[in-house]
Parts: sequence; C-alpha cells; structure tokens
Amino acid sequence: MIVFENVGLRYGLGAEVLRDLTFRIDGHSFQFLTGPSGAGKTSLLRLLFLSLRPTRGLITMFDEDAATLSKDGRATLRRRIGIVFQDFRLLDHMTTYENVALPLRVLGREEATYRAEVVELLHWVGLGERIDAFPPILSGGEKQRAAIARAVIARPQLLLADEPTGNVDPNLGQRLLRLFIELNKSGTSVVIATHDIALMDEYDARRLVLHEGRLHVYD
Amino acid sequence: MSTTEPLRRRVEGGFKTLAEPWDDLETGPLGANGPRLATAIVPKSSIAGSSLIAVVAIMTFLAGLTAGAVSMVVSAASDWRSDVGHEVTIQVRPANGRDLDADTRKAADIARAAGGVADVRVYTKQESARLVEPWLGSGLSLDELPIPRMIVVRLRSGAPPDFAALRQTLAALAPSATLDDHRRWIDRMRAMAGTAVAAGIGILLLVLAVTVLSVTFATRGAMAANRPIVEVLHYVGATDAFVSSQFQRHFLILGFKGGAIGGGAAIVLFGVIQAMNAWVAGTPGADEAEALFGSFSLGAVGYLAIFAEIVLMALVTALASRLTVNRTLERVD
Repeated sequence: MIVFENVGLRYGLGAEVLRDLTFRIDGHSFQFLTGPSGAGKTSLLRLLFLSLRPTRGLITMFDEDAATLSKDGRATLRRRIGIVFQDFRLLDHMTTYENVALPLRVLGREEATYRAEVVELLHWVGLGERIDAFPPILSGGEKQRAAIARAVIARPQLLLADEPTGNVDPNLGQRLLRLFIELNKSGTSVVIATHDIALMDEYDARRLVLHEGRLHVYD
Repeated sequence: MSTTEPLRRRVEGGFKTLAEPWDDLETGPLGANGPRLATAIVPKSSIAGSSLIAVVAIMTFLAGLTAGAVSMVVSAASDWRSDVGHEVTIQVRPANGRDLDADTRKAADIARAAGGVADVRVYTKQESARLVEPWLGSGLSLDELPIPRMIVVRLRSGAPPDFAALRQTLAALAPSATLDDHRRWIDRMRAMAGTAVAAGIGILLLVLAVTVLSVTFATRGAMAANRPIVEVLHYVGATDAFVSSQFQRHFLILGFKGGAIGGGAAIVLFGVIQAMNAWVAGTPGADEAEALFGSFSLGAVGYLAIFAEIVLMALVTALASRLTVNRTLERVD
C-alpha cells in the first residue's frame, strides 16, 4: 500500500534527520513506530501524511509516486489517510459531532447522508453523551477519542496516530489501544507513533524503530 | 477492499458490531432533534473579526470623505469654468472726440447682431457706478469721471460667436470698444481647477493605498487567529480551493460590513452637511461659500465613488484573506 525506497529527509541545509528509509506498510497491517525523542517519528509520520516531501528517495502511496502528485492530488490522497495528532487539533468553535463530521463536510456530502454514521461512531468511541459538547469542556481522553473518530470517519485505509497515549493515564491508554486494534480489524492499516514501551507490550505487532535517523523493522 | 467502501460497511452491521472499548460506559440518548450541524467552518464572530470590521469601516469612512470632497471640487471647478465661459464683456472706454453713450449703443447693437449671442445687457451708469463704489465711494457722478461702460454678452451654449470677426467689427464701428472673452481668466481658472482636482485625486489615491494596506494587514492579523482552522482543514483532506473559499467568503462579508458601515457614515455626514448648508442658505457667509465651493452637495459621481470604495474594500479584504490562506497552506504543505 505504501512503499518507501531509500528515502532521506533533511530540513534546510542541516544534516539528514531520516536516512535511507526502506520499508513498506501493507493493507490491514498494524505497526508501532517508536524510537527515542527526536529520532524523527513525527517527521516520518508527516512524510507518510504527505505534509513533507523527502529530499531524496521514492515514496509510492496507493500505487502513485508521491513526488509527481499535484497539490490537489495530494489532498485527494490525504483523504485516504487519517491522522490523530498528539495535541488533538479539534476546532474549539465546533461541537464534538461537527468536529468528527468535518472530513465528510469537506468532501461535500450532505449532512443527512452521514448523520447516523457519525452518531454511531461517536457512540462507539464512548462520546454518545458528548455529541453537542465543545472541545474546551472535554477531558483529555474525550478529546483524544474525538480526534480518533474524526480521523476514521471518512473511512481511511491508513490511520496514523502521533503519541495517542501521551496525554492520558495508562488505563485510558489501554482503552485507546483496544480502539485502534478494533479499527485495524475492520480493515484499516494502523501506524501508532509512541515511545510508550508498556503500550507496545500490550499488543504483539510489527515495530518500526527509528534510531539515529535510520529505521529498523521488527516483524 | 475498495477504498470507497464505508468503514462501517466493512464490518457487517456497522460500528455497533465491533467490540466496543467503551461498552462499559453509559451513553445517553440524543436530543429529540439529534445533533445540529449549524456552525460555520470559519467562526462568523470573533474579536479579530470585529477589529477587522472596525479598521475597514474607519478606512472606508476616510476614503469616502476624500472621494466626496474630490467629487465636490471637480463639480465646483466645472461650475466656475462653465459660468465664466458662458459670457464675454465689451468695455467701452471714454475717448476724446467720441460719444460714449453712442459708442455703447453701437457696440451693443453689433453684439446683438453677432451669431451665438443669447443676450446683451448694457450696464447703466448707476450700475457702473456701483461697480467702482468700493474704491471711489458712493454718490459718484460718472459724468465727471472717465469711467468705462460695460456690456455683458451672454453666449448660447455650444455655439460661440466668431470673436475675431466681432473684434474687427467693433474696431471698425466703435473703436473705443474692446472685447474681453475672459480667455486669460478662464485659462487661469482651468489651471487652478485642474491643480485642485489633481491634488484631490492624488490625495484620494494615497488614502486608497493606505486603506488597502491597512485592510490587508488587519485581514492578515485576523487570519492569524484562524491558522489552526486552515491547518485542520488541510489535514482532513480539503483542497486549497475549498479552504480558500471558506475564508474568502467569510472575509468578503466582513469587508462588506465594514465598508458599508464606513461608507454609509460618510454618506450620512455629507447629507448632514448638505442639510446644514440648506438651513443657513441665504446668509452672506453661505452665499460666498457656495460661490467658492459650489452647492456643497454630493453628486451622483460622489455617491458612486463611495459605493465603489465599499465594494473595493470588500474585495481587498477577501483577496487578502485568500492570499494569506494560500501562504499558510504553502507553509503547512
């Protein structure tokens, strides 16, 4: 589904932060992306999300060469990828329901066609009572679940999550992991960037380990 | 698996059939009407939005005042030129061996016979005396002084007489009469009016430039608060055109509101001044002001200029927001 071949990344004229990355992410797969702070996890996620361009190498996403995509082409491809940010990035002036429905609204769909689906998903992530709540009054865990719901509502084939358990207690972290596992079972490939060893020990999955800019894959 | 296949359909029965990580949490029923999707993607009212409206309103007000003032100067200058250009004068000077009254009558007859003349009025001796009264005092007898006689010749508009032929005829039949077509005065008036209009237009252009820059910076400032929205829309797969259109529409409305408030205030102010002018009409001061500045009313051109500024401000605001969004998207992407 996604193939990296000898991908390198540098910011400006600085040293390469990612070097010779060669790996693939298959459909229906589940993997943790880990490594020490500053190893380049977020940069790699941004490459996977097409919000950064590599300084060298080839990235093939859904059978398309990422380097040859136009801006609109990247936007279209980005719709097949959901991303969960560590800081949630919910819009404070919109309700939980509206935040989760945003990707569908951007696609130009009428609300009547997706209302039941959004409500169902919000119930599934345990936010059934918080549908009309605004993000500022949600707890950290609720915000995280709303962000996950927003990332998956448009049925992405790949879900990227940047430190999804970084702001929650271990119990909630386990619950979030179960949520990602269930999403993976439904057919979505999942990449979770984390340096939470305990979380990774909870589930036997492929590990992509970044160390000094290089990637080591443990299947 | 098809990429277009809904996630909920990938699992038969939708999300409810998945093992629910939060199945131990109680979920309450929805409201009777369910959730509402009424919120605009870009918030309609924000502190930055109010500030932007205020900046646009103030700058449009100032630009409106300038445009109105320039419009009135142009109108007044045109009136001056028109008034002076519609008449010429014949001056009959006393000369040895000439009958001043006979020469005056002859000159008036020559003027009446010329084509393109609408009316000829010979100033009486009393009227001539009043003309020099400020310098020589009242109770003057023109018989004792060599005061020239004046003949005012009003011209038909669009068909001026042949001044050269008229001068020749006057020189032949009434040598003491000279024709003054006010050409030098009109030329000076035209130069003065042209200078006033050019200065006014220059000031208007400067005010418009400052307005455009102020509105652009204010729009950028308002946009800074909306950067998270741009980023989120980008991350959920919105095209640049979609993101730009959301902001452009919003800022077009903000710009139009500000422009309408400022431009409307300028129009109201001109209306108040015009009403006050009408109220004091007839007083010596008002008459002199009207002679100098015209009727002090905003003509159709003035109103059109202010309306054009309102539209311009709205467009500038929308364009500035679009450019700022595009720049933000360039940085994000």
